[in-house]
Amino acid sequence: MKARPTIRQALALASTLAILAAVTGCHKNKSGVNPASLGPAPAAPAAAPTAAITADPLAIDLGQSVVLNWRTQNATVVTIDGIGEVPANGTQTVAPSSSTNFHLTAKGDGGSTEANVRVTVRVPVAPTAPAPETDMTSEALFKQNVKDAFFDFDSYELRPDAAAATAGAATFLLAHPTLKIVIGGYADERGSAEYNLALGENRANAARTALVNAGVPANRLRVISFGKEKQFCTESNEECWQQNRRAQFSIDR
Amino acid sequence: MLRSTRTPIAHSARQLRQWIAALALLLVTTSGLHAQDWFKTETSSGASNIRIAVADFKPSLADAQTAALKSTFDATLYSDLANAGIFDIVSKSLQPQTTPGTPNEISLPQWSNAPTSAAMVAFGALGVQGGKVTVNGYLFDAKNTQYPQVLAKQYSEDPSEESARQIAHRFADEIIFRLGGGVPGIAETKIFYVKLGGGTKEIWAMDYDGANQHPITKLGTVSISPRISPDNTRVAFSSLGNDGFQIRMFSLLLGRMVNFPSSGGGTNLSPAWAPSGKELAYSSSRTGDPEIWISDVNGGLSRRITSFRGPDVSPVYNPRSGSQIAWISARSTGLPQLYIMDTDGSAITRMTDGGYASSPSWSPNGQFLTFAWDRKYGPGAPGGRDIYVMEIATKRWIQLTHDIGPCDFPSWSPDGRHIVFANAADGKDAHMKIWTMLADGTQRRALTGPGADMPNWSWK
Repeated sequence: MKARPTIRQALALASTLAILAAVTGCHKNKSGVNPASLGPAPAAPAAAPTAAITADPLAIDLGQSVVLNWRTQNATVVTIDGIGEVPANGTQTVAPSSSTNFHLTAKGDGGSTEANVRVTVRVPVAPTAPAPETDMTSEALFKQNVKDAFFDFDSYELRPDAAAATAGAATFLLAHPTLKIVIGGYADERGSAEYNLALGENRANAARTALVNAGVPANRLRVISFGKEKQFCTESNEECWQQNRRAQFSIDR
Repeated sequence: MLRSTRTPIAHSARQLRQWIAALALLLVTTSGLHAQDWFKTETSSGASNIRIAVADFKPSLADAQTAALKSTFDATLYSDLANAGIFDIVSKSLQPQTTPGTPNEISLPQWSNAPTSAAMVAFGALGVQGGKVTVNGYLFDAKNTQYPQVLAKQYSEDPSEESARQIAHRFADEIIFRLGGGVPGIAETKIFYVKLGGGTKEIWAMDYDGANQHPITKLGTVSISPRISPDNTRVAFSSLGNDGFQIRMFSLLLGRMVNFPSSGGGTNLSPAWAPSGKELAYSSSRTGDPEIWISDVNGGLSRRITSFRGPDVSPVYNPRSGSQIAWISARSTGLPQLYIMDTDGSAITRMTDGGYASSPSWSPNGQFLTFAWDRKYGPGAPGGRDIYVMEIATKRWIQLTHDIGPCDFPSWSPDGRHIVFANAADGKDAHMKIWTMLADGTQRRALTGPGADMPNWSWK
């Protein structure tokens, strides 16, 4: 049979809680304790959090990394956009693919505060294309500005040219905030079909991660792996295989 | 350390047990040898398969249909026994001219004496009467003149080419079961595969001998990796839709697609049935990285069992225990390797020591893995992707295919004596054919024409 708490037990429990509340309350709080309160004692007005973030160096070439260093006080939850929740104090090495504002938010009992540092990434700029025609469709504009990312053999790491391509795609997407895209992952004809689908998935996700890190909202990006089931080029030579090892950006309709 | 144990061998098999025993023995006794691509043992000259003669059946009635059905039946029975891998089959040119239809009509010395020299004789009669094709089949021990009868079977079906073939398969399986150490024959099993056509890939099925090739799906997209359920009722596969590749399910009982919800997102591919038929393992990238997941057969109760960055694909259950999974992973190394683990994700063991491994299939007795392996994979490397068999306990392997171009997707037959796989000399999808061979690499022959890929042998 299940024992139902008796009135006596309930009273004992309540009084224990009240005593506990009084004891813990006395440490922090000189004012009287409300004996009716069985929950945690109310805390004193907490100090407002402070936060500072620095980056070293402040400007890098594409592919290099910077060390972020942050200090906060009186904060319970510290987050950095694009990185997520982080310890109250810490350092992290990041390699942004484009110039990035690292935005730190520190939330504490006494409110929240923010700190920013901007890391400038010097991206090698291709010769600018002639100014787009005014009657150019968005598709043509997209094709002109967004280039696919290509990968090394059996690799899904973004190499510098692929990082530049994703940075370019990120810039275009940030300038066209309503555009949604599909990132297609592809592999060359060598290797096995099932493994290549997984490899294509990793390639597309590497490009997606770079776009998210550059500030493109994840809900505008969709990933589909085609592995070697769809090919751009069907010759059996390295030039052709390179064409097929890619993350393709296309407009999601 | 594996270097000293690489011992590729090739020898012909008589029975599954003998094959395994011989393999284990040879692997032990030759463990001091260095790696060799070709290694011929002399067991093929010592192990004698049962010599069996298959008489053309006697037309029992002069029905118009009989001749055509008998021709199909005779060819199928001969082919089934010749391909079983346990017989030394007597060439038809060495047989007596007679076609005994009943036990009274056979003269056994005719069959047991040279040049026929048969130990066993299969014979009987076939005829169409009253809208039924009736077959009486016998198996006689040619050396046992007093009590020669080993088997006597009667079959009656609606007359058609298909039923003549199926009766021959069933009679062959009876003979193989009786003479093959009690291991059921595979003449009634099916092979599911991918058929290319006009930019699409559909799931097809055929009999184990390549006959009766027919489509299962008509989805008009790219469908790959068919896996038949252990009870032959459903085919799980992966199909390209608007949301990428997802696991799909076709019911062979209902003759249509059935729901397999892909709730988790990401790419989902390479399904594998647990031998219980109650769970599926597959690769899912719902976390952003392809990992091995297990769900129930309705796609529910999903749980992840691997967690390493990089591709994890192509799981296959140990069909004997159901408690282990072999799969392909590129964790820690750049190139995909063969691993095994328990179904809870523990006890991870790497099986291959390099190269590029793909597409494992687990032997029915649980002791061996077959898989495709390119041991010298890399840009500019002259390696070839061939079919290998590895003994799990020792990680020793033998190479089954040589110099025929890229091979992939080996799948073990339920009797463990055969392996079906895909191959094309130039490795191009459009030229891929499905081939079968004995599990020691001998008796290789094509089952399909070009444009057939990813075979999966039924469980029974």
